[in-house]
Parts: sequence; C-alpha cells; structure tokens
Amino acid sequence: MTVHSITVTVNGKTEYLTVPSHMTLLAMLRDQLALTGTKNGCAAGECGACTVLIDGEPVNSCLMLALETDGHDVTTVEGLGCEDGQLSPLQQAFAAHNAVQCGFCTPGMLISAHALLQRNPHPTEDEIREALVGNLCRCTGYLRIVKAVQDAAEKGKA
Amino acid sequence: MRLRKERLRMTTPVLEPVGKSVQRVDMYDKLTGTAQFADDLQFGPGLYYGRLARSPYAHALIRKVDTSKALAMPGVKAVVTGEDFPTLMGLYLKDRPLLAVDRVRHVGEAVAGVVAVSEEIAEAAVQLVEVEYDELPAVFDPVEAAQPDAPLIHPKLSEYEVANFIFPEPGTNISEHFKLRRGDTESAWPKCTAIVEGTFHLPRIQHVPIEPHVAVALWEPSGQVTLWTSSQSPFAQRDLIAQSLGMAHGNLRVVSPYVGGGFGGKAGVTMEMYAVVMAQALKGHPVKLRLTREEEFIGTTTRQSLVARTRIGCDADGRLLAMETEYYFGGGAYTEYGVNIARAAGYSCTGPYDIPNVKGDSYCVYTNMPVGGPMRGFGMPEIHWGIEQIMDQLAAKIEMDPAEFRRRNCVRTGDTILTGMTMPPIDLVACMDKVTEAINWSKREKPAASHKKRGKGIAIMWKAPAMPPNPGSSAVLRFNEDATVNVEIGAQELGQGAFTVAAQIAAQALGVPYEWVRVSAPIDTKYSPYEWQTVASRITWSMGNAIKVAADDAKRQILDMVADHWGEEAANLDIKDGRVISYRSERELPLKNLVVYGLPNENFEGWKGGPVVGYGKFMPTYVTNLDPETGQGTRAVVHYTVGAQAVDLQVDTETGQVEILTIASAYDVGKAINPDLVMSQIEGGAVHGASTTFEALRFDDKGHPMNSDLVDYRIMTAVDAPREIHGDFVETPLEDGPWGARGVGEHVMVPTAPAIANALHDALGIRFNDLPLSAEKIFLALQDKEQKEE
Repeated sequence: MTVHSITVTVNGKTEYLTVPSHMTLLAMLRDQLALTGTKNGCAAGECGACTVLIDGEPVNSCLMLALETDGHDVTTVEGLGCEDGQLSPLQQAFAAHNAVQCGFCTPGMLISAHALLQRNPHPTEDEIREALVGNLCRCTGYLRIVKAVQDAAEKGKA
Repeated sequence: MRLRKERLRMTTPVLEPVGKSVQRVDMYDKLTGTAQFADDLQFGPGLYYGRLARSPYAHALIRKVDTSKALAMPGVKAVVTGEDFPTLMGLYLKDRPLLAVDRVRHVGEAVAGVVAVSEEIAEAAVQLVEVEYDELPAVFDPVEAAQPDAPLIHPKLSEYEVANFIFPEPGTNISEHFKLRRGDTESAWPKCTAIVEGTFHLPRIQHVPIEPHVAVALWEPSGQVTLWTSSQSPFAQRDLIAQSLGMAHGNLRVVSPYVGGGFGGKAGVTMEMYAVVMAQALKGHPVKLRLTREEEFIGTTTRQSLVARTRIGCDADGRLLAMETEYYFGGGAYTEYGVNIARAAGYSCTGPYDIPNVKGDSYCVYTNMPVGGPMRGFGMPEIHWGIEQIMDQLAAKIEMDPAEFRRRNCVRTGDTILTGMTMPPIDLVACMDKVTEAINWSKREKPAASHKKRGKGIAIMWKAPAMPPNPGSSAVLRFNEDATVNVEIGAQELGQGAFTVAAQIAAQALGVPYEWVRVSAPIDTKYSPYEWQTVASRITWSMGNAIKVAADDAKRQILDMVADHWGEEAANLDIKDGRVISYRSERELPLKNLVVYGLPNENFEGWKGGPVVGYGKFMPTYVTNLDPETGQGTRAVVHYTVGAQAVDLQVDTETGQVEILTIASAYDVGKAINPDLVMSQIEGGAVHGASTTFEALRFDDKGHPMNSDLVDYRIMTAVDAPREIHGDFVETPLEDGPWGARGVGEHVMVPTAPAIANALHDALGIRFNDLPLSAEKIFLALQDKEQKEE
C-alpha cells in the first residue's frame, strides 16, 4: 500500500497528512481529521451529502482521492461559520426558515448553496434549484431550503 | 450581521411555548456539522469492520457454507454464519433467523458475516465465503404466492411464535389474514345505482433515508453488550435482540444518536443483529457494520407491494352503500413487522368513509422479495390509492362533484365506524374546505402551453397509529441547580422535531421558559426512560402525555415544598416564568436553587425538599382485540388523524412528464404544538408522497434488483419538487392528547398519489390503476387514447 505525504489547507488550517493512494477525500476528512460533519450517503457521487469545497468549487468528496487535495484548499461545513461559533448568513437563513429536519443532507446542502452564492450572489429560484439538484433531501421537500438560499441572497444584497 | 450562538439559543425567553413556532432544539448542531449521527461516533484503533455475504438466489436451500478461505485471509478476524445462532426474531411474528440457516428466501439475504481490520478486507473476504445452494422455485407476486400450489416459503409457519391479534395460515404463504365483516354486502349491491370496481397494483418502494443504516456493537467479556445504531426503536431493538439471543435485557444497551431520516425504514430490527453477532465472536472489540446504498435497497426493509381488488357502490343520491375489497400485500421473505400493516389495512379498509356494508379481506403474503416492513403511512398510502380513485369514478357516474361526494360520505365525529368503534372527534369536512379553497377547486386553469394539459384532483385520508394495544411512553424531568431542566425521553429525533416538541411540552407544563429545557440525548436504553418506538405518528401524543404527567409530578413536589415553607395551601400556588407564585398572598420565589437544595426552615433549623425529579408515563389502556372472523370490537385503535389533499398539475403530452404545480394539504392535528414543525411535516410529506408516485424498485424474473442505486431509483430533487405547497391544519382537540394534539408525521404521504392520479384523469381523461406513474406509461396511454379516438 503506497502512502503519500500531503499538505492541505482545511477550513483555513494547514494540515500535514499521510494518506494511502486509494483513500477518498471523504475518508480523510472523517477518519483522519474527525471532521464528521461531511456525510457519507452513497459513496457514489449520487446524493451530495459529502459535498465540500475545493478552492471554492463544490465537489463530492466521496469521488475525490485525498492525495489530489495536496496543495489545495478544502472547506467543509465546519468551516462555514466563524471560529467563535457564530453562524454564517446562509446558516442563519436556514435556521430562520426552519430548513432542517433530520439534518443529514444539511452540510452538503449548505456547501452547495454557499458555492452558488459565491459565484452568483443574486440567483433566481431556477438557478438555486439547479445548483442543489445534486443534493438529495428526503425530509423537507426542498421548499424551505430554496427559500433560505433566496433569503440569504437578498440579505447579501442589502 | 452575524448571529451569535448564544443569541440563537437564548433569544428572548419564550414563555408558554405550546402553540408557538419556537426554533428546533437541534438547529445549531445540525447547521454546523456538530450533530452526531451513528457513523460519526469514534471508537479508536480497536474498531473492526463487518461485511455480509448475501444470497444470489431468490429461493434456495443452503447445502453448505465454507468459510475457511475467508478466515484464512490476512486481516480477517472472524466469520459468523446462521448455524452459530439458530434462533428466530420478529416484532409480531417470529419468522426471521438472525442469519440464514438452512434456506435463503430473497436475493440479498445475509448468509454470513465477515469481520476484519478494515472494511476493504472484510469486503474482499466476503467474496471468499463459499456457499452451496440448491435453487428452489420462487414466487414474487402476492396473489400468486397466496395460491395453494405456490412454492411454500415458510414450511414451519405453524411453529412460529405470533402475537395474539395476528392470524397466519400455516401450510400457505399467508402470514396474516384480517377479516372485516359489517352489514350485508350481498343484499346491498342491488340497491346501488352506481358500482365501480378496479384492480390496483403498487410496486415495492424504498424509504431512501439519506443516512444509510449503520450499527456498531461491542460485546464485553463480562457479557455486557452495547449497540450504537441509527434507530427509530432503540427499546424494541433491545427487546427483540435480547429475546432472540436469550440474554438479560439489562445486559443489552442500545445507544442511538440523531437519525438521518427514518420513514419507518429504521423501525424495529433491520440489520443491527448482524453487528451484535459479529461482536459476540470478537469480545472486547467494537464491530461496525455500515450498509452501502445498494444494500439499503435489498438488505433493510422496503414498502410492501400491494394488489388491491376493490368494488364500491352508492345510491342515486351518492350515498355509499357497499364495499368489498381484497388486499394482497407482497410481504417479502420475512413479514415479522409487515403482518401488522396488512392488519391495519384491514381494519381501516374503507378509507375515511362511512359505509354500512363492508366485506374486507387483507392478506400479508410471503414472497421471495426483500423484507417488507413499515414505511411512512403503514398500509394507508397503499389502500387509499385505489379507494380514492374509485370515489372519483363513482362521483362521475352519478354526476356529482368529487369533493361534494366526499363531503357527503366522509367519516364524522361519533360515527360508528367499520370495526364498531365510535369515531373520536375530528373534522374532515373542514380539512376539505381548506384545500378546495386553497386550490380554487371549481376554477378550470389554463395550461402553460398548447401541448400541455392541466387538471385538478382531490383525495382524503385517515390513518390510525397501528401498534400493539399497549405501547408505552415514559419521561423523567430532572432539575439542575439554576432551574434549567433536563427532559429525559426514549423517543427519537428523526427530523420530525420530537425533541423540540418534548422541550415545549416540558416547559409549558412546568411553567418555565422554553430555553431552560435540555433534551437528554442521545437516546440510551441504559439511561433514557422507556419508549416503545418512534413510529406511527404517536410520539407527540404519547410521549407528550408522559412528559405532561412528569411535569405535574415535579410541579407537585415543588408546590408542596413551597406551600409548607409559606404556610399556604399548595392549591393556591402555581409556577409561572420559572417562579413559584401565590395567587393568595402574591408572594414569589424563583425556582433557582430550591429545586435542588430545597428550602431552609425558619432560622435554618433544618431543611425541607431536595432534588426535584418528576416521573410520568402514558399507555393507552382502552384498545381491545377484534373478533377474528368479523374484525368487530369495542375499540380497534387509539384514534385517527384525518386530512385532505388537492393537486393542480399539468402534463406534457409530448413526453408524458407530469409537473405538479401546487399541492394543498390540510390535516386535523388536534393542536399544533409547534405550527411551523407541523407545516414542515406537511410540506415534506407532500413531496415524499409525490416522489413515491413515480418510484418503483424493479426486479428481473429471478428476483435480482435492477435499480438499487440513486441514479436508477430516482427520488425527487430540488428541480423536480413542486414549488407551491399550501399547508394548513385544523384543530379539533383529541380527548387524550396533550392540549388535544394528535400526530401528523405520516399522513401527508397517504392521499398524495391518488390526488395526483385524480388530477391526471381530470387533465387527460385517463385512469391509471398501477403505480408508478412513469412518463413512459403516461405517454403510451396518451397515444393509445389518441388511436382509439381516431
């Protein structure tokens, strides 16, 4: 089993890690860094529960190898709020709209929505729904999640 | 502006929170990734991993299991087989071995468990488990399986232990036959002006929680066993697993953190026993078993398939006179839980209608399919699919508006319903009024394009919690020094908001602010008080009642102590805003300190009181068994929740694609403890119901699954889901609900599919008796209709 030494920035902190060739980014986050906010829902890139940002772009961490993140910047749900425990405007909007039920899809949803608002601060409803199409939710029916993202976008405008 | 964590949790204190949309207690943890789910728990380097060897055959005898090659693989620590655990398990009918022993009954049945130092090695070693099978004829359709000459799936059915209200028919594949006989249908048919009959097919579908099943078990050398699972039923798991392994219940501890979606799929025992038996082979090491998404579809439970043959008649005024129905549930290989679904479908077989003459037969039938089990709605979405389409057809035959037809016939408070029980207070007509108004029922709307057709449909529903007669709840309230209070419950948080409702009820009943209450979680059978299961939409009602009793107990202790202290009557005291007050002397005393340290006597000559702990329980005591030949009895169920749903949709005639524009829903919840959580259930349930209208698990002719992944088994995405949902509720108080509350978690699933079918008929003039409503099926039906019309 070949192992690799990598340097990766995770939620703003530099991590020096040794990872096997076949280890996924998801496994690295959960098992090596104990960042268990990123969820394993299908291990096949179909549900979006494991979505994280690589240099600001959303990816399914179950489909990416850990060693591919060498020299890159990874953001997980744990990195969305502030260090003192404050919630981001997007997280606040999710709270205000009661857009959470079981919470298993929530981290991936937040990451995908965060990425959308970074590249398009004023998305239409269609654009929001399109951006979240890879994040499955069985509880909420998506309505409140979409409204929360709209709300966060509008607040960002003000 | 950034909201501080403290502000989120401790905004202006909410007094008397019942009926208010307070924020969920789990919101912050779920938004920050800190909420722990079973797979997130850390077990250190001693953790081993399990994987399962599964049957490639739908029905076969096991000749030999050779585990030697798997055991010889480096890194493999143990291999367990059914031979090691010759015992049966089941909630209502003990028909299920822990691991297959002498035969397999569905593709994917677990025959051996491999434990290794990594998941990868365990998976590789699974391929080395050699099993010799003798294939047997298999049967997949429940009607075929119920025939006398069908291959027998459980030859020893007569020997199985069974609950006294379940009636299997040994020598057949019928694991439950529920009979409902009321009035005389034979003499009623000639009086009917209109009669409609139909056969309806529903496929197996799956819950698809986003969190797959996971279980970690540790068998300590002392014999103490701990099981960490994602479970709706930690106590039922303790009971069933302890019973089947012959161990003391006190030696089995089940710990269950947040559940990442349940919908019935994590009720009872589904795969947790595998982790326990693997751990038994490796005492002292925790063993983790985490199912893959593929295994979710075949290795847990699925909603049972249904074939319904139903005939209903009414007179010229549109009054329902008679109904005959046969329900054949495709129970799958083991029906230990599913038998009660068939029973529930039997005693509620008419749907929410007052029909004087009824003959109903509901069967649960073994088939060589994945195990059937509970799913949101528990038999009701299945039977309402046919009933609600027939009601529309009857209304059309006598030229009556379908909503009016339902108003005329729907069940009302005080009715003697089909089992002989008196209907507790509900208002279904008010629910119908709300949805017909919300959807502009009588107005025809234009489709968005000329190749699209638009239609509206309505469906109504009822559902009772389907349970044994005596499922109990209990609760403990423990005060802390500063008068914050821990509410201990055994009910589980699946996303529905049980913990939030628990905190609201505790706060209201104690007279303290909502923010003072902490829910003691994770649920842990060693420390949490007993709860039967978090199923059947029973928690707000049953757990809520137990918490109220516990609060009354705690309150009595406090008021007695303060009354003694003040020299007043306890009857004149109360607790408001966290302070004991006297209505008589207008004195006040904060709860802080006195709830733990008590109060000193005058001049500190001794003390009174002590740590306040309140205990409460609730168990329905009035449910009776029903006559096995007629289904008649005093009280079949605790109560019913009723509701109505209307759908406005358009169909693309060039593709057969259905676009649901609006769903309007209204349910009689008795009392909305948290209105926003009720609305969340209504919205999410409507989309869940709409999604399942288009879902089906597909199998080849050998019983192999063909779409056990999320690309081929599609659930609704943000793009597919309806954009407008008008949720609403009615509040007709339930006699024994906390503040009148009854459950609403499952109900929205029930009428969604038939409301869509009725709207489709309104748009296209075509009836679809079989689910799923695939675009292909709709497109072909449209072509067929066009050809006939030419």
